[in-house]
Amino acid sequence: MTLIDKIRGLLASIKFAIVIFALISLTAIIGTVLEQRAEPARNIQILSRLFGESLAPIIYRVFEKLGFMDMYHSWWFITLLILLSANIIICSLDRLPRIWKMVREPIRPLATERFEMAVIKRELLLRGKPDRVKDSVAGAINGIGFSYVESKEDKGYQFYSQKGNYTRLGVYITHTSIIFILIGALVGISFGFKGFLNLPEGRSYSIAFLHSAPLTQSEEQERDRIVNVLEASWGNTSKASEILGIKEKSLKEKLRVYGIQPLGFSIRCDDFDVEFYEGSDMPKKYRSWLTVIEDGKEVLKKAIEVNDPLKYKGITFYQSSYGMMSHAHGWFILRITSHSGVSEIKRLNLGDRFTIHGTDLEGTIKDFSPALSFDHQGRPFTFTNMMNNPAVFIDFNEGGKKKYSGWILKRYPITGKLPESHVVEFIDLWGTQYTGLQVRKDPGVWIVYLGCITIAIGLYMAFFMSHKKLWVRIVEEKDSTRVYMGATSNKNRSAFERKIDKLIFLIRKRREGGD
Amino acid sequence: MDSSFLFGISTMSYILAMIIYITYLAFRKTQIGIAATTVTVIGFVSQTMAILMRWKEFYDVSEMGIIRSAPLTNLYESMVFFVWCLILGYLILEFRYKNRSFGAFVTPVAGLALAFIDISGMSKEIHPLIPALQSNWLLAHVTMSFIAYAAFALSFSTGLMYLILKTEKRNQAAYIFWTFTLGIFVTLLLIMGIDFLTFKVAVRPEEFIKNYMLKASFLNSSTAVKVLSWISMIVIIFITWRFGSVLKTVIEKFNISAETLDEITYKSIAVGFPVFTLGGLIFGAIWADQAWGSYWSWDPKETWSLITWFVYAFYLHSRMIRGWRGKRVAIVAVIGFLTVIFTYLGVNLLLSGLHAYGGIE
Repeated sequence: MTLIDKIRGLLASIKFAIVIFALISLTAIIGTVLEQRAEPARNIQILSRLFGESLAPIIYRVFEKLGFMDMYHSWWFITLLILLSANIIICSLDRLPRIWKMVREPIRPLATERFEMAVIKRELLLRGKPDRVKDSVAGAINGIGFSYVESKEDKGYQFYSQKGNYTRLGVYITHTSIIFILIGALVGISFGFKGFLNLPEGRSYSIAFLHSAPLTQSEEQERDRIVNVLEASWGNTSKASEILGIKEKSLKEKLRVYGIQPLGFSIRCDDFDVEFYEGSDMPKKYRSWLTVIEDGKEVLKKAIEVNDPLKYKGITFYQSSYGMMSHAHGWFILRITSHSGVSEIKRLNLGDRFTIHGTDLEGTIKDFSPALSFDHQGRPFTFTNMMNNPAVFIDFNEGGKKKYSGWILKRYPITGKLPESHVVEFIDLWGTQYTGLQVRKDPGVWIVYLGCITIAIGLYMAFFMSHKKLWVRIVEEKDSTRVYMGATSNKNRSAFERKIDKLIFLIRKRREGGD
Repeated sequence: MDSSFLFGISTMSYILAMIIYITYLAFRKTQIGIAATTVTVIGFVSQTMAILMRWKEFYDVSEMGIIRSAPLTNLYESMVFFVWCLILGYLILEFRYKNRSFGAFVTPVAGLALAFIDISGMSKEIHPLIPALQSNWLLAHVTMSFIAYAAFALSFSTGLMYLILKTEKRNQAAYIFWTFTLGIFVTLLLIMGIDFLTFKVAVRPEEFIKNYMLKASFLNSSTAVKVLSWISMIVIIFITWRFGSVLKTVIEKFNISAETLDEITYKSIAVGFPVFTLGGLIFGAIWADQAWGSYWSWDPKETWSLITWFVYAFYLHSRMIRGWRGKRVAIVAVIGFLTVIFTYLGVNLLLSGLHAYGGIE
């Protein structure tokens, strides 16, 4: 026995499969308890809850050394998955020749004595000689959906038929699909990427970030400069390296260090908006209006939301989160409609004034709150720094004299109705929010989906279809005909038995109709 | 008449059916059996109507279209649906195998689950959906997962009954396994009951499971209570182990042969496994791909589903290839459902992850 045979034998053994199953499951369980790719403090906290304060740091270090903090990407976990695939492949190959023979083997007539031994057997007596009965029997076999082969026998005929022999391959289709899915995942990991991009309203980027390692101030400056230059050169690395005055190769090295993934085109966020459920802080929908720019030209526009991403040149942008920029300058967008019906949109800064068309009424934006609420004494306060209930405070003057003032809330347009029936609507504070995008390129995803489709077919064949064989012998007995039936099915025998009973019913019906 | 009224009717029907099924076991009169089935069917029909009404109620307020308004979006709704699947599965079994004994097992589970949901006050209000859940995949993914869970639940109970029937000696590994499992089950139910009695008055039910579960026993601040809890658990397990033969006598009265139990276990898994693969794993992956930008991200729910899938794959292979029958595969079936419970409840309650929607809140 050579070494290769030994390895092969080991990989094909069921014990080995059990060990692999168990190892994958047990390590995966640990992976669900420890938070993956998290801050060390989080996992130390989890560990100290389980093992006590004193042991936690030591256990943390051991687990970290073993790669448990990002275990699904560790070399040993991937090795386990590869070993599992090897096991599936070898076990399937070992059994395939035998199964293939069963699939291809044409059905043969059954010897007389074997009818007694069939798993499902029936017998009935019909009036008339075999030559007269024959057609009814044959028609009934067709009637239950079987096509038959007929052979002449000593004192009668035999019909034999099989169906669903290919369903025996269901298991192999399932196994192959699993391998397909794993290959697809491998292709995705090798040739794709998974990144993120926090894109402020009004800005465009031609890159995505693959990771966010903590940087020093000078590193951060360098990174931002690279990002900006890449943006200015439409994501073209050779052009960008010229502008930066470094070699393209060293630029690529820097991109790797900073986790910068050039996209090959730019993506711009034109606007971002959250819609809330009425009277609650629960977001109903959040949307980003995105524009794809390639070589300075706008090529695609789409409003994306959760469950509805944008796809361009194999790269997909998913709406995943949102937030506020810390030092951003925003524009207040107001729609002012005078009582005469003239409507205009204004972009204003804090402190800016506007007049209502055709009147002397003048408004000044005095204050802003991203999330306005009132306490029980009616005093306004801001309950969060997210834009949960944005509002502007506006002073209204007429001819230099103060008239009235108040909060206008974006989510409650009724608050902008003035006594003179002018309407001031607070449309947006534009330029202060960013949209959090997941950016992904996965050239293997179609292989995975193909595997998903075939695994569904394979499982259906393996569990809900069966290989059925049917033999019917008709033998002359005095002036009548005796019918012997024998049948087997590799699965779901009772369903096949019902079918055989239907066959008998059909034969009887045809005979009665015939005579 | 609203949906909660109908839910009330079905809860009471299942509990009434349990009493009739037990009476039926004692007297074995066909009329009693028919009465039990009738009451179960009444409960099932009213539960079906209740689910449909709740669907319509949500549809009317959500403005999201009929498919996306399916009442399957939180723990309360999913448990109701789980009970529905369980009863449906049982009725199919009763019809196919012409045996009612099993009803005495299933109806109490259904009735108690519904009653528990009701008493615990798990949030029954119709909540609006967060953006990630607004997808047409929700209906297919969740219904199929729960049909599979219900099938696995059936295989668990038949597997457990098989083990009870087939073991005698107290030093047998299989005997120790089932008494141990059942002992832990009983303990968990008891201490959750104690938790509930202890904290019911003090806090809102939603906070209960997240913050107070096991706090009256295993996680109590006093060491004495902790030690006492562990001792009680050991005592309960010991009692189950010592007097397991009593259960065996009860199940022998059911008139179900061990072979039938083995067959039902297999058939339930043979239905549950493909449904779970397609609806739970594949549809879940496709949906995750759309919503989160990744078809598989090893979040705890996904990982635990995969572990569950592995266990049942192992069950099927050991039966098909190795020709394992009887106790060994029954043990695998029981373990399989323990992982299902953890996938369904444990992950939501104990582990964090992307799937946090199913929580109590």
